[in-house]
Amino acid sequence: MEYFLIFISAIFVNNIVLSQFLGICPFLGVSKKVGTAAGMGIAVTFVLTVSVIVTYALQIWVLNPYGLDYLQTILFILIIAGLVQMLEAVLKKVSPSLYQALGIFLPLITTNCCILGVSILVANGVYNAHGLEPTLLTGVFYAFATSLGFTLAIIIFAGIREQLSTMSLPKSMEGMAIALITAGLLAMAFMGFSGVDHGIAVAAGL
Amino acid sequence: MNYLKTIINGIFKENPTFVLLLGMCPTLATTTSAINGMGMGVATMFVLICSNAFISLLKDLIPDGIRIPCYIVVIASFVTILQMVMQAYVPDLYNTLGIFIPLIVVNCIILGRAEAFAAKNNVLASICDGIGIGIGFTLALTLVGFIRELLGNGAVFGHRILPESMDMLVFVLAPGAFITLGLLIAIFNSFKNRKA
Repeated sequence: MEYFLIFISAIFVNNIVLSQFLGICPFLGVSKKVGTAAGMGIAVTFVLTVSVIVTYALQIWVLNPYGLDYLQTILFILIIAGLVQMLEAVLKKVSPSLYQALGIFLPLITTNCCILGVSILVANGVYNAHGLEPTLLTGVFYAFATSLGFTLAIIIFAGIREQLSTMSLPKSMEGMAIALITAGLLAMAFMGFSGVDHGIAVAAGL
Repeated sequence: MNYLKTIINGIFKENPTFVLLLGMCPTLATTTSAINGMGMGVATMFVLICSNAFISLLKDLIPDGIRIPCYIVVIASFVTILQMVMQAYVPDLYNTLGIFIPLIVVNCIILGRAEAFAAKNNVLASICDGIGIGIGFTLALTLVGFIRELLGNGAVFGHRILPESMDMLVFVLAPGAFITLGLLIAIFNSFKNRKA
């Protein structure tokens, strides 16, 4: 039940893009078409889940026992950059069709702040685990749910922008200005979910 | 003279937030009040000036093929220094900004300026570019924070000036950030269009 709660709250209540402001760059940048938005979402899901496992292991077995906490930022970003390169090479060999679909998004992901951000949150154990111990399992689960939330938000947003592109707008509102206001309205819609996690927790008797 | 032009250029003509549209995550997330926005801006400016200076010094030593990882290491080192200094001297601000301090590493402004400016220019010009872009970013964040704080909490830099009944809480919450920034960019665009 707690896992279900983590799932709901990471996707809807505390959506990574619309309420935590992580991963805004790809959210605004690669959301002109639903197809590319979905590709970006899947690529983020893939990389985020893998990188959380690796960075968590590094934190627990290397950084914590040797008192190297201050190297966290520098090591994590290097690990993520290396991991993305490695994933690119492995995908190219193992599944060329998947590489074709995700290829162009992978290099962009290195500087996506939601990867580093969620990795740090999980490694420091400061995410909302709804009463569960922050372990590797809950961390990976949280990361996976978070990236599904990212995928959902970017696909909805791209759908709205596709419709918007056929409208005629005042010249100064075109492009980023209207995109941000659209995102604001979408964030307002997602605010409607606030409290849902608490309601489920009460209903389930937690 | 030329250096002064580089600084002014960064503040207005190439303002990172309103014109280049870079570094959106901290702009939206840390501007719940003017003072938080300013703190984030100054923190970013510090990293930007230092990394610009060092990358410009090292540009002949860094092989072209692996320049991006090298830049990231330089930037991440300065962010780590910043994290430790802030934790020691301004712990309150450090706690408020939270996760967004280590995330300066992946701020596209810093990597963007390293690639677009510091890798091609001398040290002094790169430092000036860092100062200009940094001030531009700080001003933008302070402006967004100022508007959100005024409309959302009726306060200016923490001092309440409007009655509580006029608060529009949505402006300190997530949607307000998107809408405020969207309207500000639209205003900047209309100025630009009028000039052209």
